Amino acid sequence: MSVLQNILSTEFIYMWIRVATPILLAALGAMVCSKAGVVNLGLEGIMLISSLFGVLCSAVGGNLFWGFVGGVGSALVVSVIFAYFHLVLNANATLCGTAINTAATGLTIFVLQLATGEKGNSSSLHSFSFPNVEIPLIRDIPILGDILSGHNTLTYLALLMVLVCYLLMYKTPLGLRMRVVGENPHAASSVGQNVVKIRFIAIVLCGVLTGLGGMYLSMGYMDMFVRDMVAGRGFIALAACSMGQATPIGALVSSLVFAFFDGLSNVLQVLQLPSQFVQMLPYVATIVGLTIFSIQKSIRAKQKMNKIKAG
Amino acid sequence: MAEALQMKNIVKVYSNGVMANKDVTLCVNEGEIHALSGENGAGKSTLMKILFGEEQATSGEIYVNGKKVNITSPQMAIGLGIGMVHQHFMLVPSLSVTENMIMGVEPKKGIFIDRKYARQQVEEIGKKYNLYIDPDKKISELTVGQKQKVEILKALFRGAKILILDEPTAVLTPQETAELFEELKHLKESGYTIIFISHKLNEIKELCDRITIIRRGVTMGVHNVADVSEEDISRLMVGRDVVQKIVKDPAHPGESLLRVKDVKIVDETGTVYVDGVSFSLREGEILGIAGVEGNGQSQLIDAITGMGHISAGSISLRDKDISGASVRKIRSMHIAHIPEDRMTTGVAASLSITENVIADKLSWKRFVRGGVLRRKEMRAYGQEMVDAYQILCKSQDVEIGSLSGGNIQKGVVARELSSEPLVIVANQPTRGVDVGASEFIRHQLIRARDQRKGVLLITSDLNEVLGLADSLIVMYEGKIVAYIQDVASMTESELGTYMLGIQKQSAAQIKEALHED
Amino acid sequence: MKINSQKKINLLVDCVKMLMIVAIACALVSLIVFAVSDDPLNAIYNFFVGPFTTLRRVGNIVEAASPLMFTALAVVIIFGAGQFSMIAEGSFFIGTAGAMVVAITIGMPAGLHPIVAILFGGILGSIVALIPALLKMKWNVSELVVSLMLNYVVQFFVIYLVTYFFREMESSSLCSVLFQDTATLTTILEGTRIHTGVLLGVAACIVMWFLMYRTSFGTSLRITGDNALFAKYAGLKVSGIMVAAQAIAGFLAGIGGGAELLGMYTRFKWTATPGYGWTGIVVALLARRNPLMVPLSAAFIAYMNVGADIMARNSDVGREMVDIIQGVMMLLIAADALLQGWRQRMIIKAAKAEEEVSV
Repeated sequence: MSVLQNILSTEFIYMWIRVATPILLAALGAMVCSKAGVVNLGLEGIMLISSLFGVLCSAVGGNLFWGFVGGVGSALVVSVIFAYFHLVLNANATLCGTAINTAATGLTIFVLQLATGEKGNSSSLHSFSFPNVEIPLIRDIPILGDILSGHNTLTYLALLMVLVCYLLMYKTPLGLRMRVVGENPHAASSVGQNVVKIRFIAIVLCGVLTGLGGMYLSMGYMDMFVRDMVAGRGFIALAACSMGQATPIGALVSSLVFAFFDGLSNVLQVLQLPSQFVQMLPYVATIVGLTIFSIQKSIRAKQKMNKIKAG
Repeated sequence: MAEALQMKNIVKVYSNGVMANKDVTLCVNEGEIHALSGENGAGKSTLMKILFGEEQATSGEIYVNGKKVNITSPQMAIGLGIGMVHQHFMLVPSLSVTENMIMGVEPKKGIFIDRKYARQQVEEIGKKYNLYIDPDKKISELTVGQKQKVEILKALFRGAKILILDEPTAVLTPQETAELFEELKHLKESGYTIIFISHKLNEIKELCDRITIIRRGVTMGVHNVADVSEEDISRLMVGRDVVQKIVKDPAHPGESLLRVKDVKIVDETGTVYVDGVSFSLREGEILGIAGVEGNGQSQLIDAITGMGHISAGSISLRDKDISGASVRKIRSMHIAHIPEDRMTTGVAASLSITENVIADKLSWKRFVRGGVLRRKEMRAYGQEMVDAYQILCKSQDVEIGSLSGGNIQKGVVARELSSEPLVIVANQPTRGVDVGASEFIRHQLIRARDQRKGVLLITSDLNEVLGLADSLIVMYEGKIVAYIQDVASMTESELGTYMLGIQKQSAAQIKEALHED
Repeated sequence: MKINSQKKINLLVDCVKMLMIVAIACALVSLIVFAVSDDPLNAIYNFFVGPFTTLRRVGNIVEAASPLMFTALAVVIIFGAGQFSMIAEGSFFIGTAGAMVVAITIGMPAGLHPIVAILFGGILGSIVALIPALLKMKWNVSELVVSLMLNYVVQFFVIYLVTYFFREMESSSLCSVLFQDTATLTTILEGTRIHTGVLLGVAACIVMWFLMYRTSFGTSLRITGDNALFAKYAGLKVSGIMVAAQAIAGFLAGIGGGAELLGMYTRFKWTATPGYGWTGIVVALLARRNPLMVPLSAAFIAYMNVGADIMARNSDVGREMVDIIQGVMMLLIAADALLQGWRQRMIIKAAKAEEEVSV
């Protein structure tokens, strides 16, 4: 009973939005890539690297601005490496992504140790976080104000990004070209479009979005970097993207679904359940969600085929 | 009349050594509809790819409006006012007509696409050329004919003055074809130049002003369409420059082996590929299936061999139903299959010759005991195959993908003929294979026939079908249009008229293919 | 003539590429060390020479290579069937748990005990690997995403097992109670911790080589991996082969986990998956996906890891540097276009030369 009460509370919904933010940002990045026909497994590593470099640069630069530059900049560098190896040197995207994730795990700890002498977290650094924002007017609405106001800047930015991504993909020339390249690259090259160039841009944009997601973890959700703090969120974002059928709204909805279980795992700790099962929840939910989605897809395809046979 | 386009002495050698164009010259006048005709593999597509900047010529010159040009990319070709309507549509199914049309040349309002203006432009251009398509519809909701209109509009939208249409009617219904011809004539009147690639003679006669014929990479001349008959074109196109006499004894067909009855094949988009085909393959005969490519032969063969599906009807081997059975099941009933495309379907390129020739025999006790390969037996068998089928190679252990096309094909033929088949389905068995290897493969098929096997031969090489087959069915638009019991009585030009849909046998004659008493 | 030389060219180019990548890796190590260390020469000495200074350290290389052989074999088989499941990590970890359960709870004679424990680990590994394989076969669920998620699920599940059923209460950190003496693998070389699991790893490499190149199943597997359409055309059970490949891979990773646990430890001490599944990918790629090359490739990666450990102990450079190097190596190996121009030029030259001879 207390669990239900917890879930229905404004605190839970507030937290739900909080935990959804990094998944949403990375899922939007995955969406841009996937629309252009690239599976970017390196999301996990990119998030990790930007979460560290955001913290480091803000500490070294002495303000949030440099943190922002460092976080986004490092994500950009990694994305360009991924894009170069995948698109120019023809490396398999899955291997590329795995390579980046492997390197990122080591790199973040290595650099953290160099900077702080610690391998666990960056608590000894004086780093900056993105501020929470109270939204006037909305703040004063009962219940809704508690849920929607007072979130981190990056959370609002993430929600704004849903709109921006939507506009980018569906309203601009670049978005149109990405969608064409993703669905039929020959159609793009037959009218003189450079497929590699368009995919390169998509991967870089994905890097920026994912980098924001990584920075949120260490400069919003928490206010320091902790080793391996991404904990599969990049992979979950990939799943969210494919379940959301690679649309911005779909990515938002499935990110919220997966984040719900993430949030739930926090709430369930009041029960006497083993904590490991609670921690497992988001990952199990992702597998189950993806499976249900795929079953539905295959049933629909079968029905279509039967309809034609009957007709 | 001014010359819109001239391609002079074009030679194209691909990096794998295939010479697709040996010496091709094409002159197209402004404001005419110019037919480009030739058999499959004659080099038409290569020539058009060169013109559209998708391939570079090895030598030769191209002039557009009298100016020498060097076309290195589609973008450049588009800049020169050349537009291409590909046979396989270059469209994105989930996007709208407008989106497909404006891709790459989007009208802008600030940073956004000016949808309203784009839509208006698309609507206008459609109306102007009598090619109206609802700009908001998704491509996936359109019929094939409408998709083609979008392709044409796409080219016009990019300012094309010379339009290339690659076998545009291959995918259209007769009504859609008629409609397309009206539209093309209208475009011609508006001053556009059209290159119309086709081997459908009636269509060329109806639509085109002049015709250039290519045979085996060489231009066979330019003619005014009005001055030549369909028979003339057919002769120039097909020709029989090297008469390779295929020596064989008369066939003595026995009882029916493979029976195909009322087979219908429809895909998920509703396209009908095979429409009520019935025939029977008897032991000791080579039954040819002739027809211009894309008239349902591939789908029919896929259904027989288990690679594809069947929507209605039945296929049986010696009265055992095999419709919809798995490849494994069908192979276990001794149906061998020489596939159309050896590289995508016929071999595992990075594996050895030996491994490729036993790929279908991994359940044979001779090669496998208790799941373990008997290497000695296998290698000996590989050697045996290499010797028997004259596969030129260092040894049977080399990667099959490193051999030449002809030798790879011999490897495929070796595997299939050595699988103790009752029925051999040979789909384009000598395509892209040199003369010597072709002859060898044909002899192997005759030998199999003489051993009382049934051979189903699908080929677009008229020479081959007439020389090799004992009986013959001709497919046109998914249906059998003729059954010829004795191929020796058949002339090339007569066969041509069936293949191109000019003539059709009566239903009773066609029904004889089934050999039902 | 032509064929022979083409094969030789491919081999030559591949070998040069691998050597080049190893050289780049070593250069990168030096570069990083010089950039961050106050005493770079000492660090570099420790990294490159350190692993060979004592028998114990050489032993460390062999020990560290052991788990990598198993996970790399798993990767070889999965990638060989043309699948992209990353389950080696999860299968390895569940394998350690399976072995732990048997090692702690069931009393058995000394010779038999580790065998049963390791086999049980293998079976669990296999079951875990089947989950993404079957979901892919049945409903076309991405085996990549499912395996990645499953790795986390396995991790938490194993930690749960240890925490709730086998925890050593005396200890402040999380670890299991001691295994029964009968369960641990014997050491084969005095002065090191090299255990029989290493022999099992080498044996597994040979067995997998035999399976892939000397059995009908292996031939079917390689045919499927090379060209799935051809496999279907030849009448092979393509999806069955893909699923079986993943089950075998899971089994290998699972016994690898069991052998590692019983060979190196007397109680379960991990608090998270140790990452051998990921490193296995580098090992498999470096071995050019050939099982017989896996021990060598695993030894090289193990050498780098041991070197990194020694360097971390004796200098101011962290051991995580080696993960960066491995990531870079993976990128470089995966880059198909690398040296492709050179390969192409040589092949064309060889083809031309042969043409001249035949003309």
